[in-house]
Amino acid sequence: MLPRYILKRLLGAIPTLFILVTIAFFMIRVAPGGPFDSDKTLPPEVQANLDAKYNLDQPLLIQYVQYLGSVLRGDLGPSFQYSDFTVNELIAEGFPVSIQLGASALTLALIFGVLIGTIAAWRQNSPVDYALMGSAMTGIAIPNFVLAPILVLVFAVYFGWLPAGGWGNGEIRNMVLPVIALALPYMAYVARLTRGSMVETLRSDFVRTARAKGLPEWKILGKHSLKVAILPVVSYLGPAAAAILTGSVVIEQIFGLPGMGRYFVQGALNRDYTLVMGVVIVIGLLIVVFNLIVDILYALIDPRIRYE
Amino acid sequence: MRNLVTASSLALLVLVLAGCGSETAGESTSTSPSWNLPEVVLTEDGLPDPSILAPVQILHRGNGTQPQGLDPHITEGVPSTHVQRDLFESLVVRAPDGRIIPGAASGWEVSEDGLRWTFFLREESRWSNGESMTAEDWLFSLRRAVDPATGSRTSILLKPIRNAEPIIAGRMAPEELGVRVVDDYTLEITLEAPNPLLVEVLSHSVAYPIHRATVEEHGDRWARPGTMVSNGAYQLEELAMQSHIRLVRNPYFRENDRVIIDEVYFYPTEDLAAELMRYRAGEIDWTYEVPNTQFNWIEANLKDELNISDWFGTYYFGFNTTQEPFDDPRVRIALSLAIDRKIITTKLRRFGEQPSFSFTPPGLDGYDPPQPEWANWTQQQREEHARQLLAEAGFGPDNPLSLEIRYNTHEDHKRVSLAIAAMWEQVLGVRASLINEEFRVFLATRRARAITEVFRAGWIGNYLDPMYFLELFHSDNQQNDVGFFNERYDALLAQAARTADRAERFAVLQEAERLLLETQPFAPIYTYVTRRLVKPYVRGWEPNLVDQHPTRYMYILRQDPVEELEN
Repeated sequence: MLPRYILKRLLGAIPTLFILVTIAFFMIRVAPGGPFDSDKTLPPEVQANLDAKYNLDQPLLIQYVQYLGSVLRGDLGPSFQYSDFTVNELIAEGFPVSIQLGASALTLALIFGVLIGTIAAWRQNSPVDYALMGSAMTGIAIPNFVLAPILVLVFAVYFGWLPAGGWGNGEIRNMVLPVIALALPYMAYVARLTRGSMVETLRSDFVRTARAKGLPEWKILGKHSLKVAILPVVSYLGPAAAAILTGSVVIEQIFGLPGMGRYFVQGALNRDYTLVMGVVIVIGLLIVVFNLIVDILYALIDPRIRYE
Repeated sequence: MRNLVTASSLALLVLVLAGCGSETAGESTSTSPSWNLPEVVLTEDGLPDPSILAPVQILHRGNGTQPQGLDPHITEGVPSTHVQRDLFESLVVRAPDGRIIPGAASGWEVSEDGLRWTFFLREESRWSNGESMTAEDWLFSLRRAVDPATGSRTSILLKPIRNAEPIIAGRMAPEELGVRVVDDYTLEITLEAPNPLLVEVLSHSVAYPIHRATVEEHGDRWARPGTMVSNGAYQLEELAMQSHIRLVRNPYFRENDRVIIDEVYFYPTEDLAAELMRYRAGEIDWTYEVPNTQFNWIEANLKDELNISDWFGTYYFGFNTTQEPFDDPRVRIALSLAIDRKIITTKLRRFGEQPSFSFTPPGLDGYDPPQPEWANWTQQQREEHARQLLAEAGFGPDNPLSLEIRYNTHEDHKRVSLAIAAMWEQVLGVRASLINEEFRVFLATRRARAITEVFRAGWIGNYLDPMYFLELFHSDNQQNDVGFFNERYDALLAQAARTADRAERFAVLQEAERLLLETQPFAPIYTYVTRRLVKPYVRGWEPNLVDQHPTRYMYILRQDPVEELEN
């Protein structure tokens, strides 16, 4: 059953990706200015040489067909801006960094978000609950780009415990601050989600029965209630993963990390057509795959859902 | 009504200025470290005495955006050139103070007619793989730079060399370039016309030497660690995109014994606030720039580490003179005079930028940029004259001038534009609206000269000559975005190009610039400065107009423990 469902979903993603590539291709070409524009205008003959070198002298439709062809062969083309590199190479270097960053942040957000939410629901309307939910609201309200410099100022500049930026060779100490800055708002949101659905679950009949049977409190919370209460969190995972991926654009910029997100913004500003397209395709793929994983998880956790 | 407009514009101006004043950083504790550095002692050959040097000589430089790449012929942009300057040495190089001095060539001779330049190469020059360098290498490199197949963005700088232009345009083979090997260590370059700027051009990265066998073997990917061969003080060790570039000493460099810093890191730091944090955390020694908005904090806490020096560039507002009413010089002069440059340089840009009334920046030996008569007036006199001129042009309270100021999206440009709009409204009753555009959209609109009216612009000299500035307004220039067309001006530039004598040439250029400024196709606003934070233990470099600072001249001082001070 499940394998067929997965196959069906993956096949269904092909038209989505095709439309994504097409729209993105033409949208970035419509933007005024070109990849070789700078403060100092190029003489027409130099511009012509560059256009010829990068195949930009062909009609747009032909370029589009050629581009689709090379994407199907797995070749994302040369970067216009970083002339020594191909887009494949740039993404191959940036992708692991972004994924490491995003996955760590998502894990952190999930573990602590669920933990905090559960505790708050368990001690509903107590000072503990108010304190936790109050900080969660603050966490949601403070954007990454405000939080990150504050973290740097405190932990890197004043205490000197952690680096202010850079990736080094991917050491843990370089990852701590960016991961926290990226995770906090999502952690707060997950905590609120968990609390809300946990409060509701704790009032349900099966919990009362469990309590009546004299089950220990940790078992009621951790085993029986959480399994139900976590469903809204799981369905939030899809959008959260997408948001963390795009959110890492800001974090990568502030901490000077060599991730893929930075290429997205700079590629767009530099009119580095192939680079932007490459990142769009990879992020699109990721989101498709991640939504699929979430749906499968759902089926595994919630016995009421079956995929045919 | 008039009063209302004035009052509102005044309020706006106050708001803009107040906005700047309140940008003090919220921290009250000073983090300014105290330094205990030894007195600099130089040995007889001009090098620092070993006793004052730090045991570890590694420099960390903030370098703006990620360099496009390291192939000097193909890439452009300041961040790439900073790295390439450490990797390569051209026939001529710049001294720490920015002067052109012999580099890979020990000297040169110019023929009587100024057309043939003979460069004498140093026999001891080596590539970073140990091979010796000959005139053939230079011939190959210069031909490669102008070859259309290379796809260089800066090749046009080589146009003084004979046949360079038709080769770039694809009308001639690269072998026709006016460069000839006389013998292994003598290279002859023939020019289209006498041109004293040849050495300035040759100091540019487009004239750096490329190792033929490496390029032929590795193609587009030669400029990478492990394969790259260069001839400068350093060689490429590591290139981690968006993270860092690490160069290490090139043991074959001809002056290796004068190079002190062993390793240099370049970090991409496009976020200036983040760069400042990394500087404060001690991760970088040399920043690319300083965020304008943090001036007060830096002034209060890191004043001694802030290095400001004159830069060879002008910030200006251009008028699209091909459109009404900006085709009327009276309107343009009125607008230019109504700008109180002092307010902009003292309240908005507070890093020591100087008010400017000319296009060529000051500081060039032998060239005093001509000053229009109003440069010496008081601001009050300028404003009176401005009101009178605008009235003559037919604008007044009943028929106010409305215009659009266009700038590329950036906090600094926005602030200057707001201030200027407020000044125009207040002094001349002009109704100015602001439009911001993303950088490349802005460049495209500006170039089209169709919908632009007033736009912000800046021009920074690639080499030290007024020609680099003045040729921007030649009728044929692609980037003449103000649409200044003047036959006499073009003729003067042509005359200057033919004149070999420096003083005579400068006199002709001065006349051209005077002509340009007379009708104000643009309003010069201020002269740029470079501003960066440098740790006090980094020495050996000097401020210069071109803002070029090769690592090979630098060294790091020993730091002695700071004695605990009372209180």
